[in-house]
Amino acid sequence: MQKTLEGLLTPFVAIVIAVLIGAVVMLVTGHNPLTAYGALFSGAFGSTINLSNTLANAIPLILSGLGVAIAFKAGLFNIGAEGQYWIGSMATVWIGYSVHGLPPILHISLSVLAGMLAAGLWAGIIPGLAKAFVGAHEVITTMMMSYIAIFLSHYMLENGPMMQPGFTPQSPVILPSATLGKIVERTQLSWGLFIAVGACIIVYWLLFKTTMGYRLRAVGLNARAANYAGINVPFHLVLALFISGMLAGLAGAVQMLGVQHRLYDSFSSGYGFTAIVVALLANNNPFGVILASIFFASLSTGGQSMQLVSGVPAHLTDVISGIIIFLVATKDIVQLVQKRWRKPQTLATVKEA
Amino acid sequence: MRTCLEVRDITKSFPGVLANDQVNLDVREGEIHAILGENGAGKSTLVKVIYGLYKPDSGSIRLYDQELNFASPRQAIQAGIGMVHQHFMLIPALTVAENVVLGGEPGRIHYQRKENMERVRQLAKQYHMDIDPSAKVGDLSVGLQQRVEILKVFYRKAKLLILDEPTAMLTPQEVAELILVMERLRAQGIPIIFISHKLDEVKRISDRVTVMRAGETVNTVETKSTTPQELANMMVGREVVLHVSKPPQMPGELVLDVEDIVVSSGRDEKVKGVSFQVRRGEIFGLAGIDGNGQFELVEAITGLIPCKSGRIRLLGNDITSSSVRSRTKAGIAYIPQDRQLDGLVMDFELTENFVLRDFFKAPFARKGQMQKKHIEDYATRLSEAFDVRPRQIHALARNLSGGNQQKVILAREVSRNPELLIAAQPTRGLDVGAIQFIHNKLLELRAAGKAILLVSLELDEVMSLADRIGVIHAGRLMAILPGGQVTREQLGLLMTGVDLKKER
Amino acid sequence: MLWDALTRPDLWAATLAMATPIALPALGGTFSERSGVVNIAMEGIMLIGAFFGVLFSYYTNSAWLGLLGALLMGALISALFAYVTINLGADQVIVGMGVNIFAAGLTAFLLNTIFGYGGTPRETPALPNLTIPGLRDIPFVGPVLGSQNVVVYLMLILVVASHYFLFHTNLGLRIRAVGENPQAADTAGINVWRLRYLGVIIGGMLSSLGGVYLALGLLNSFEVNMSGGRGYIALAAMIFGKWTPFGSLGAALLFGFATALSLALQGGGVSSNIIQMLPYALTILALTGLVGRSTAPAADGIPYNPNK
Repeated sequence: MQKTLEGLLTPFVAIVIAVLIGAVVMLVTGHNPLTAYGALFSGAFGSTINLSNTLANAIPLILSGLGVAIAFKAGLFNIGAEGQYWIGSMATVWIGYSVHGLPPILHISLSVLAGMLAAGLWAGIIPGLAKAFVGAHEVITTMMMSYIAIFLSHYMLENGPMMQPGFTPQSPVILPSATLGKIVERTQLSWGLFIAVGACIIVYWLLFKTTMGYRLRAVGLNARAANYAGINVPFHLVLALFISGMLAGLAGAVQMLGVQHRLYDSFSSGYGFTAIVVALLANNNPFGVILASIFFASLSTGGQSMQLVSGVPAHLTDVISGIIIFLVATKDIVQLVQKRWRKPQTLATVKEA
Repeated sequence: MRTCLEVRDITKSFPGVLANDQVNLDVREGEIHAILGENGAGKSTLVKVIYGLYKPDSGSIRLYDQELNFASPRQAIQAGIGMVHQHFMLIPALTVAENVVLGGEPGRIHYQRKENMERVRQLAKQYHMDIDPSAKVGDLSVGLQQRVEILKVFYRKAKLLILDEPTAMLTPQEVAELILVMERLRAQGIPIIFISHKLDEVKRISDRVTVMRAGETVNTVETKSTTPQELANMMVGREVVLHVSKPPQMPGELVLDVEDIVVSSGRDEKVKGVSFQVRRGEIFGLAGIDGNGQFELVEAITGLIPCKSGRIRLLGNDITSSSVRSRTKAGIAYIPQDRQLDGLVMDFELTENFVLRDFFKAPFARKGQMQKKHIEDYATRLSEAFDVRPRQIHALARNLSGGNQQKVILAREVSRNPELLIAAQPTRGLDVGAIQFIHNKLLELRAAGKAILLVSLELDEVMSLADRIGVIHAGRLMAILPGGQVTREQLGLLMTGVDLKKER
Repeated sequence: MLWDALTRPDLWAATLAMATPIALPALGGTFSERSGVVNIAMEGIMLIGAFFGVLFSYYTNSAWLGLLGALLMGALISALFAYVTINLGADQVIVGMGVNIFAAGLTAFLLNTIFGYGGTPRETPALPNLTIPGLRDIPFVGPVLGSQNVVVYLMLILVVASHYFLFHTNLGLRIRAVGENPQAADTAGINVWRLRYLGVIIGGMLSSLGGVYLALGLLNSFEVNMSGGRGYIALAAMIFGKWTPFGSLGAALLFGFATALSLALQGGGVSSNIIQMLPYALTILALTGLVGRSTAPAADGIPYNPNK
């Protein structure tokens, strides 16, 4: 219990400091922080519709954030969730519009599965194998794969195989049998919320209740000891990136089936990068991911009404996000430095003994 | 001859350890002065104090007429003390010349590539060292890299050279070349402090020897007027510190059979054809000085690194190429020498660390799911049986003391009911209470008819526990002796590579 | 069609123009990583450079003062990055991400706060194009090299200067030593932290200049997220160029060529999108050792604690 509270303390303090800095910036630029934050809050949570849209925005963040978190737990920094999101979206939409005659439950499952599998392989095969066998750093490989994925989606949509006949670079709309229903009508909130929450429970279970999770965490915390314990370290590095990719792919899948219903040509969904911030703020805890996702989703939905009501540009919320990362990272490091201090001391005494 | 370095009554303590206790040392101009002692005798601490890496608690150091009181190695370098560390401080990606001049490059802005190359060539010539200044350090052999280190020292105009275990990483040929270099330096009047635990080298190279034991200087003698036997006696002492009462035991069935195994690590063979057997109810002690292949041997038996050739059998089954997991299952338990690096996941709870080797097995896991209740019960039981403190099974391993961390590993490995327990340095860095606890546990296991392979750098530990002692030197077993009859002197000679049969 | 495109000088002129905003941050990354600090913040620092370049240029009515102000701001944010990663030992990749998100937000926020929602003023002075008299008249070479923005020439000079600095000066040797083995450098009497600050700040100023080129060289305005991922391509160029100035330029030219060609071929047979994947694919191949193994400085990304 105490550990959970301590885990919450760092992100909470980081948020408070960042929000205060935001307030100072508003004061300096001649705005009233109370009005602005009030507008932000009511824009995010003030009505059923606003709340629904905030939650809807949180869904892809939760799922891709989970993906980043599970990789972190295995000691890997998957910075390419954005690309895996695109790959998942493409595969899902493709099954969603091209496979006819399936009952909804089957069609949805098949589309989602295709998205997860494609994205999992996208992360697992090249970055995973490259990490496990030649030690290529996953930060760079996943980032590069991310850009390749985005250009692949441009290729598919701009006069490519997935383009809907016509002039707009976009895919055909998925069939009704592949569509996820809405929880609240006239909002973007679909049944995907339950998928996201379910995924958190499953990831939590997987990480902390199964032998697979035990192995992944052991590899992440101490690969040498994992080897000593008889765990196949390279395999688990690949596995971690595969699962991580699957979750980012699931984010894309749910977004396609629940909200967009088709793939639009664009440079970025934005979710993949925010996912990293989500995982960091949540300290890689699956349930923390839900809270962090709702927080960042509320910044983005509430930011718009803040701009409308108080005239503070919505981009201020990105400044706040950036500051939060800074603070969380330095806090992390305070602990890391402590560790580093402790280690050489014990080693030194051991040597002399 | 003039005295160059004078060390008076240096005392240096670390938490729980008195590493140097009123140590004295005189080094004269133009001599090679060896400091001889076992691992942990305080040699390294002494030279680190001289070099300004450690601040002494009391005592004084003089270099010629200058009182030395260094806050950092930088000042030691300026005063004219040069040191070649056991682990080189070189930059493999840069050339020899670049490594040598780094930190003291001539000229202001422009790096004088050609001129520096020439400077280093001249320097090497002056000290009779053959080396190509344009070669990349990473491409050089260890012996040549060491030469670069020595050149670095002289580039900084050292008046005194300290070599910390300079032969530890070298091949015999490279050692011979190093000796040649050292003799030439001596001929030029440069005093050299040479740290070693190898008797034969000390005998071969040095003019005088200072022997250290347990943090104290035993004596300083002229090398010529002493014998290896005398040196060994001084080095290991006579008193046996720990007394363990050990009932006689009849060894039983053959458990571990190691046959002529060869293990490579990095560029060279660390284990060169070792054979021995361990039986039920027996503690086989492997004695030797660090770096002689004992830990590579152990890792090969546990499956962490592969054997190049040879056979390993466990209860008659060939396990030479089995995985770590299957060896674990077949009944090998292993206490690794570095508990924090290999033995524990420091950020795992004790519960998780207690099942590190068996987490996948019932009752700890069923159908791929961890059985929390069973694991907790098991952790509680083990914590109590082995008196792990604090008695909090959900504490992180990181938050335990070294002794208690070791107890966790011991508890885990012993409770697996293994056929063979391999204990590598099981008491390293622990206090007396914890050491006794662990020794008693090993004897209990022996009484229970387990086979135990004990690897230790502490002679006392091996002598008091082992039924038979194998002495390893330079990757070879020098001899296997009965534990009860062997003397420290015999072991000391064997460990330092002196063949007893030849000596007699 | 392809041959046509390849023989037209404007393709090659465009290649050089496209390579410049990649080469500058790649050069910046090279400085930072040679000193041992992994820097993925080039994207954000470019935005800082672009925005403040426009801001200072508009208010001082001088593009050159704009450039100067942008360099100062680039140095400032890099110094912050350096403090957090070097002194506090924070994870360099995570803080780099933080800088990118922070910079994107800050520049967009300031754009709206200072200039409103209609974009930056049109009367902002831009950096001039230079015409080199002798060069201009040489066939083919003239159209490619003879008339480019002043920052393009500056970039070419900086590549040469950086090469000289890193590989032919005492200070350059020390920076590389610190990035390879800080402990060895420390025992040789070198101040590791100071040199890492130097590497990170020079790197930040170069990245910032890349942003200035986008905002005041190619245009005279700032747009939200106008770096458009070039900071990340620069990362790829730096790796593909094996952490050297000339290598970074070469990779940037290759990547610039991919962009220029994909623009020239728009509507043609080969998809421009496939061409644009190439830089990233090549980088992965280089990292895995399939195309000329690329190895980072040995101590890249590892914080150094001198008190240890």
